[in-house]
Amino acid sequence: MAETVDFEGQQPAWCPGCGNFNILKSFKAAMAELGLQPHELVVVSGIGQASKLPHYTMCNTFNGLHGRTLPVATAIRLVNHDMPVIAVAGDGDCYGEGGNHFLHAMRRNVNVKLFVHDNQIYGLTKGQASPTSGRGMVTTAQPAGVLLEPLNPVALAVAMDAAFVARGYAGDRLFLQELMAKAMRFRGFALLDILHPCITFNRLNTYRWYQERVYRISDSHDPSDREAAFRLALEFGDRIPTGVIYRNERPTLEELVPVIAGKDPLVHQPFSRAEAETELKRFY
Amino acid sequence: MEYSVRIGGEAGQGIQTISSILGKVLVRTGFHVFTHQDYMSRIRGGHNFTQIRFADRPIACSRRQVDILIALDQQTVDVHRGDLAPDGLVIHDSETIGRKYDRPEFIDVPARRLAMETAGKRLMENTVAAGAASGMLRLELAPLEKLLSQTFAGKGQEAVDGNIAAARAGYDFVLNNCPRCAFTPATSEPPARRMLIDGNSAVGMGALLSGCRFYAAYPMTPSTGVLNFMAGQSRRHSLVVEQAEDEISAINMAIGASYAGVRSMTGTAGGGFALMVEGLSLAGMTETPVVIFVGQRPAPATGLPTRTEQGDLLYVLNAAHGEFPRVVMAPGSPEQAFYLTGKAFELAEKYQVPAVILSDTYLADAGWTLDGLDAARIEYRDHRLRADALERLERYQRHAFTESGVSPLAEPGASRHLVVTDSDEHDEDGHIIEDAATRIKMVDKRLRKKLPLIRAEMEPPRLYGEERPEIVLAGWGSNYGVLKEAVDELRERHSIAMLHWSEIWPLPATDRYDYLAVLRRARRTICIENNAGSQFARLLRSETGFQFSNRVNRFDGRPFLLEDMLQEVGKIIG
Repeated sequence: MAETVDFEGQQPAWCPGCGNFNILKSFKAAMAELGLQPHELVVVSGIGQASKLPHYTMCNTFNGLHGRTLPVATAIRLVNHDMPVIAVAGDGDCYGEGGNHFLHAMRRNVNVKLFVHDNQIYGLTKGQASPTSGRGMVTTAQPAGVLLEPLNPVALAVAMDAAFVARGYAGDRLFLQELMAKAMRFRGFALLDILHPCITFNRLNTYRWYQERVYRISDSHDPSDREAAFRLALEFGDRIPTGVIYRNERPTLEELVPVIAGKDPLVHQPFSRAEAETELKRFY
Repeated sequence: MEYSVRIGGEAGQGIQTISSILGKVLVRTGFHVFTHQDYMSRIRGGHNFTQIRFADRPIACSRRQVDILIALDQQTVDVHRGDLAPDGLVIHDSETIGRKYDRPEFIDVPARRLAMETAGKRLMENTVAAGAASGMLRLELAPLEKLLSQTFAGKGQEAVDGNIAAARAGYDFVLNNCPRCAFTPATSEPPARRMLIDGNSAVGMGALLSGCRFYAAYPMTPSTGVLNFMAGQSRRHSLVVEQAEDEISAINMAIGASYAGVRSMTGTAGGGFALMVEGLSLAGMTETPVVIFVGQRPAPATGLPTRTEQGDLLYVLNAAHGEFPRVVMAPGSPEQAFYLTGKAFELAEKYQVPAVILSDTYLADAGWTLDGLDAARIEYRDHRLRADALERLERYQRHAFTESGVSPLAEPGASRHLVVTDSDEHDEDGHIIEDAATRIKMVDKRLRKKLPLIRAEMEPPRLYGEERPEIVLAGWGSNYGVLKEAVDELRERHSIAMLHWSEIWPLPATDRYDYLAVLRRARRTICIENNAGSQFARLLRSETGFQFSNRVNRFDGRPFLLEDMLQEVGKIIG
């Protein structure tokens, strides 16, 4: 049985006080809680502060390109559906650069867990607006303030009928850990949008700003009720709900692709040259 | 002995049906067949044609001159009449095209009426036409009937009987009504068993036999045939095929699959490859084996979507940010496509680099007759560390420094060892670094150590013709066949040879075969390419300093036909 300490990785290079530290803590604790060993899971990340996470823990890692976590993660799952696959991305990474992949990953319902560190700003490039930045936020690249409506990833996911949609908050660490574990235990694609402050560049969405707004969804909410879920998903202002917003369990892509459905993972299926060779006959 | 049959009409009229039936029948009758297609970017209407050339000896390209023109519409008559051989004939159905021709070379075959009378289905007029062509050529009916039974077996006995009756009607009609049909094809007896295979299927077969287990792509002409082929093989051969949301996703999926432990591939055309370029660089940095099929078509931008060109050579060689080794193969025939796809997989995995198979529309769709393909010649070795061999290691580092620059490639999750890789510059463990010393060592390992090893694996260009030629016709990729036949035609009068490159990058060394000496000795060296900018000539010049004396370029989206090639070369050599 692995313990949290087994998931200790390199020393993080994040700013002291960054919300990412709590996300990392929750991550390690959740993996230990699930009884996973570091070599039993794969983390795919993109580019941004969030995407450094796999280096700061212990796991098989594919730290790829900005926005491209989901295609890589999808293929890994299709090749080895015995292995938990987690995609770690930021808000710019997943909702901006990788927007198209996000839409189609929800359609595919591949059993990948998507943890998006959503701090409503670009950190790595030093403070430009992200797709989730609020209107009016003044940055070096948006001196007149953000003019675009923010993207609501949670509402988008409910609208797309994603299998599992949740929101967490880095300031509520234990609840975040619980949500991570729930997402991991869920059978299907799971979006966990994780709000967290960027203490260096985001002067608007501070710990205090979140603290005043974030609340845990009450137990009376039925995540299988799509209309109720959509109402909750649209709530983003004075009050911001966290918890499991929507759940629609259905067969995963791995359970539907005939070659692997109910069979050994592709990577462990034998390859027969002799059988492949018989296909040459069709050309005679 | 050789004849060419051209079938023209609108998209959707069934040109493909006639040509695939006729092509296969001719092969089974014992002929060598070469087919090629010319179609517009539309689903219905327009003007399309396919051409079937057949002979009693191996052939490798199309001719302009046709002996039998099967015109399914008026436009076919107008466009192609000028290409008719002196004794050539035109099959048409005056009722369908709405015009009667009072000339002896026009054979009016009432295909629609015969289809309705025999099978009750207008659709079978194509089968009537195939039967009529078989009759004109005095082929045996049995192979045609057998093929029709096999082709339509899945659609029930009624479909089989209808098609056979329709074919017979066309066949008999021509025998009774075409006194001028004096074609006398001769074949070996009994006919040799040969295959008819197109470039895209050959790539697919090569991939299948190389142990490709994952194929992701976004459809784009002319690469879609590979996607369709692989999808068709999926269930029988443990192959996961995923249609990606875009080409960016397709290449990232292929890379992800390879990281997870299987051989993987993606395919696209030049435009889609533009979207894959970022991923190509990712494969270079993470040293992830991946095979990329690129079918060239005329560009820039959308260009001429269904036509052919060799305009992406320098682009494929230079695409992607940063410096890393890559392999580029440009097969000249389905046979080469088959073996070079195998080699691309082998080199990609052995050296952990991306490998490109550079084809084009002409090769993708052209059908060649082959005696066979030897699966044993495709090497399949699993270069990855798995299970026990991996578990036994004291320590594992994905990017460990080694003598060859090649680090052990392990399957993640198969042992207690972690497999870590990164698009950032990284250390031996795969973790992010920024220090200069590690950066230098990594570039040395990734690029400078591996590149000469890969170069040593590349085969030099193939010489065909005179061993010490005065004239060299040089080319690469899909011009192989037409160059070869041009040499056959010109050999009697000239000291001539073809030099053909199919393994393009890393440019083969000259130690095993000094092709530069052959070029330098020759009086005339003519580089022939389907592009406007003589890209291969520029490549050879920049890499070796050699400059061709002449260049021939075709960039109208059409392949070189034999007559065109002879004419162009004739202008230079007289």
